[in-house]
Amino acid sequence: MRVLAAMSGGVDSAVAAARLRDAGHEVTGVHLALAARPATMREGARGCCSVEDARDARRCADVLDIPFYVWDLAARFRDDVVEPFVAEYAAGRTPNPCLRCNEKIKFSAVLERARALGFDAVGTGHYARLSVDTPARPVLRRAADPDKDQSYVLGVLRRDQLAGALFPLGDSPKAAVRAEAAQRGLVVAEKPDSHDICFIPSGDTRGFLSERIGAAPGEMVDPSGAVVGHHRGVHDFTVGQRHGLGLRRPAPDGRPRYVLGLEPVSRTVRVGPAEELDVTALTGSAPIWLVEPPADALACVVQVRAHGGTARATVRVVGDGVEVALERPLRGVAPGQAAVFYRPDDAGDVVLGSATIASTSR
Amino acid sequence: MTYLDHAATTPMLPEAAATLTEALGRVGNASSLHSAGRRARRAVEESRETIAEAVGALPSEVVLATGGTEADNLAVKGLYWARRAADPRRTRVVVSAAEHHAVLDAAEWLAGHEGAALDVLPVDAHGRVEPDTLRAVLAAHADEVAVVSVMWANNEVGTVNDVRALAEVAHEFGVPFHTDAVQAVGALPVDFAASGVDALSLTGHKLGGPVGAGALLLRRDAACTPLLHGGGQERDVRSGTLDVPGTMSLATAVRAAVADVDRRTATLTALRDDLVARVLVEVPDAQLNGVPLDRPGERLPGNAHLSFPGCEGDSLLMLLDARGIECSTGSACTAGVARPSHVLLAMGLDEDLARGSLRFSLGHNSGPADVDAVVAAIGPVVERARRAGDALARS
Repeated sequence: MRVLAAMSGGVDSAVAAARLRDAGHEVTGVHLALAARPATMREGARGCCSVEDARDARRCADVLDIPFYVWDLAARFRDDVVEPFVAEYAAGRTPNPCLRCNEKIKFSAVLERARALGFDAVGTGHYARLSVDTPARPVLRRAADPDKDQSYVLGVLRRDQLAGALFPLGDSPKAAVRAEAAQRGLVVAEKPDSHDICFIPSGDTRGFLSERIGAAPGEMVDPSGAVVGHHRGVHDFTVGQRHGLGLRRPAPDGRPRYVLGLEPVSRTVRVGPAEELDVTALTGSAPIWLVEPPADALACVVQVRAHGGTARATVRVVGDGVEVALERPLRGVAPGQAAVFYRPDDAGDVVLGSATIASTSR
Repeated sequence: MTYLDHAATTPMLPEAAATLTEALGRVGNASSLHSAGRRARRAVEESRETIAEAVGALPSEVVLATGGTEADNLAVKGLYWARRAADPRRTRVVVSAAEHHAVLDAAEWLAGHEGAALDVLPVDAHGRVEPDTLRAVLAAHADEVAVVSVMWANNEVGTVNDVRALAEVAHEFGVPFHTDAVQAVGALPVDFAASGVDALSLTGHKLGGPVGAGALLLRRDAACTPLLHGGGQERDVRSGTLDVPGTMSLATAVRAAVADVDRRTATLTALRDDLVARVLVEVPDAQLNGVPLDRPGERLPGNAHLSFPGCEGDSLLMLLDARGIECSTGSACTAGVARPSHVLLAMGLDEDLARGSLRFSLGHNSGPADVDAVVAAIGPVVERARRAGDALARS
C-alpha cells in the first residue's frame, strides 16, 4: 500500500513509520505543522509543533530513507481543535483535544488529503490494535501495553476513518519501541514522551484559557447552597478537581472539597465532599458505532476519561443520544469528555462505539 | 531523475570540481610569508583577477566571501553603517519588496536593531522595480537614505531589473547602490563597471562552482564597515583566512559560465519556452508568472514560474517528487512549512494562487528529456493535487 506516516518528531511515530516501511509499504513521512507560530530554535521552547520536532521527524525520515514533507494544518487545527477547546471550557465542559485532533485533523483533513493524493492509508504511532479485514467492519482493540493504550482517544473515529488507519505499535510495549528505535539508529530513541497539551507547551492550561476567555467571576456554592468562595471563571475548573479551589474556609466537617459541577450561565462552581462526585448514570450525545447501533440494552465496559475511569455499564440508544447506567459509581466524570464503550476480550478489549458525555447523575 | 531546481543550486562544472579537488591537496595560508604562503597567495590573486575580468571589475574590487548571504549582509549593513557614520542624518534603508531574505532580513534587522527606517519599494505585476518608484522614495527622503539594494534578477520569478538605471537614480541622490546578482552572473551578461553599481553579490554554487565560495564586488570608493573583524584580509572589509581551493574553483566556474553565457542563454531559452508552452497545453488554466516570454533579456533564460489554480504547491511538489521530478515552490519558512511567497504577493497575486505555484529552473546540464518528463507528468499531477485541495476544503 501507499502509506502516509504522520511523524510528530517523537519516538512512537518514528518506529511506526519504520515498521510500515519494513512491512513493504511505500511510505512517505509527513510532519503536521499545527502551531500558528511555531517555537523557533532560538526560543528553546518545546511543544508538539516546534521547529525542533519537525527537525527530529525529518532526521528520522532521512534515516529511514523515506520522502518527508511538512504539511501546514495550523489554520484547520486552530478552527477544529483549539477554538472548540476554549469554547468547551467556557461552556463549563472539559474537552479532550487529542481526541478531537484525531477525529478532525489526523483522520479527517490529513486522511482525506492523503487519499486524494493517491495514498491508501495514514499510519500513526498510536498504541491501539486495529484490524481491517473488511473495510466496513474495522475492529479496534486496546493496545497490548495497558499503560500506553490509546484506544480511548481513537474511539471517536468512524468506520470509514478507521478503514484508512494503520497503528503498527498496538502489539508492543513502550520499552520495546524505545529499544527498537535505538537499534534502528533513530535519534529520538531517548526523547521524553509528551504529556502536556501540545498547543500549551508551558503546561499552564488555566493561563491559556483565561487569556482567551477573560474573567467571568462567580460564586462557589456548597451542597447546602451556602456561598463558600469566589472564582475568576468556570473555565478554571474541571469536575473532580480538588486542588487550587482557593477556598479560605475549610468545610464544617473538615473534609476536603471537590468540584462537583460547573454552571456557566449562572457562573456557579458547585463544590462538595468526595462522595457527591459519585456518578452512576450519564447521558451521551453524538454517538458513533463500530458495531450495528444496539437495538436493546448493550452490556459493556465504559471508559470516561483518557486514563482510568472504567466500569461495567449498560448502554441504551435514546433518540439521537445514549443513556448509560453504571454498575458501580465512578468519580470525576466530566461533561465534554468521551464515553467509550468496550466489549471485554482476552485478545484486547474491543471498541464498540463512543459518545460525548452530556450530563451525569448520582 | 529530472533536476529542475538549478536556481537553488546547480551541479558543479567538471572543470570547477577538478580545480577544487586538485587544490585541496595543497597547503598554504595566503597571508603567510613563506613559500607555501606565496604559492597560495599567487593562486588566490590569479583567481581574483580571473573573476574580476569575467564580470568587468578590477581585481581590487573583488572582496571574497562565503557566498550570497554573506555578501548581501556585508553590503546592506556595511554600506549602511559607513554612510550613517559619515552623515548621521542618513538612517534610511531602501530595498525592493522582491528581494531575497538575505537582503530583506538584513534590512529588517537594521530597522529592528540599528534604528534604521526601512522603505520597501513596490514591484509591478511582473516583479520589476521602476526607476521612478525609487526616485520618488529618494526625493521624499533626500539626505536621509544610507543605502539602496535592488536585485539584478529575481530568484523566484526570474525578473531582471534595469539595474543601471536604478543605480543612476541612487547616485543622483548621493546614495550607494547594492545589487544581489547571485542569479544573474553566469546567466546574463553582467558588467560591474558598466552597471554603475557600488556593490554586487555573487556566489559560486549558482553558476557551477562550489558552495561556500562567493564574493562582494565593491568599488574602491565605496565605504563599507566590516561585519567580520580579524586579520585584515580583503581590504580590511572581510577578515578571515582565505579559502584557497574554494576561490580557485569559484574562479574556474565564473570564467567558464561567463564565457558560455550566449550559448547557454540560447539553449535554456528554447528549452524553457518549450516547457512553458507545453505545460500550458496540458494545464490550460495555468498561469506564467513574471515577465512574458516574448521579452527576452528581461527574464532569466532558465526560469519558468507557473501558478496552478486550485492546487497547493506542496502537493504538486510531492507528487512531482514521487515521479522523479525535482523543482521548488520558491520559499519555505523555518519549520519547512510552505508559505505564500512574499515575491508573488508583492506582485499582486492572491494568496491561494501564490500557494499553488512552482518554479522550474533549468541549468547547464538540462536537456529536452527534462522538459518531456515535466510535460508527461504535469497533467495528472495537477489533477490529483486539485482533488487533494478539494478534499481538504470538504473534510
